Amino acid sequence: MHFDSLSDFFAMGGHAFYVWWSYGITFVLLITLTVVSVIKRKSLLTQIAQQHEHEKKLKQMRKDKKKNES
Amino acid sequence: MWKWLHPYAKPERSYQLASTLLPWFAISSVILLTIGVVWGLAFAPSEAYQKEYYRIIYIHVPAATLSMSVYMAMATAVLISMVWQLKLADATAAALAPVGATLTTIALITGAIWGAPSWGTSWVWDARLTSYLILLFLYLGVIALNNAFDDKALASRAAGILTLVGVVNIPIIKYSVEWWNTLHQTATISKFDSPSMSTEMLWPLLINITGFAFMIGTLTLIRFKNEVLARNSMRPWVIELATKEGIK
Repeated sequence: MHFDSLSDFFAMGGHAFYVWWSYGITFVLLITLTVVSVIKRKSLLTQIAQQHEHEKKLKQMRKDKKKNES
Repeated sequence: MWKWLHPYAKPERSYQLASTLLPWFAISSVILLTIGVVWGLAFAPSEAYQKEYYRIIYIHVPAATLSMSVYMAMATAVLISMVWQLKLADATAAALAPVGATLTTIALITGAIWGAPSWGTSWVWDARLTSYLILLFLYLGVIALNNAFDDKALASRAAGILTLVGVVNIPIIKYSVEWWNTLHQTATISKFDSPSMSTEMLWPLLINITGFAFMIGTLTLIRFKNEVLARNSMRPWVIELATKEGIK
């Protein structure tokens, strides 16, 4: 390892602020994009399923209505 | 010769291929980024002038270079969609835009943080930084246009036109450091005949660039699958998938 100790590593030669903020922000942004993308799938599938249910119900209602009229 | 490709024009087939590739891309990116980041942060030697804070290079350079590659990939997808009217190309372009925007944001933020100790300023309105900021605005414009219409085909066409117009910005970013005086240094690693970086520093950088590339692949595949589902929501296979996984 390049650093003598773990505290030396975290100190980054007195530039800890710059190094760790850079890596931290990058990590947070990438994790956020990943989580948002994965959640999107769930909400999309739910939405598609609900729409399908809705259309099925409408079709059934139309069929029932026709039956009652005749 | 290219006939084996034809079945993949079917959304369902491409969706399945994306699902198969996804875990391999994800695993590769996690492994490569772990090695690259640990190597870059803890094992690479320190730099003569910048001492330890040069280590920002291991995320700044991969994010910056690949954000431009993602833009070119997006423009290629748009071109394919316009020439061959392939709907999956639209889905690819729409999937790439948020990934590219995130990379551009990362490069801008890490660049600003890096600029503070090395240049004494976080931002200057010079050619490289300004043209690169425009790249972020192009990405945001493409994302906004993709979401501006309920009709996905219309949205993709509008976003596609902006994408193609914005391609002119890519060579401007790339050569801005040579055409104009700027605080930003010229390319460090692309000149392999005379690399201006020691190999102990170069290796973790190359590993991280590869790791970032696989991560971009992973995120694009996840988003591509979403786009395919959204664009084929009336198809039986999507409805079947939705009723199986959706309501619970």
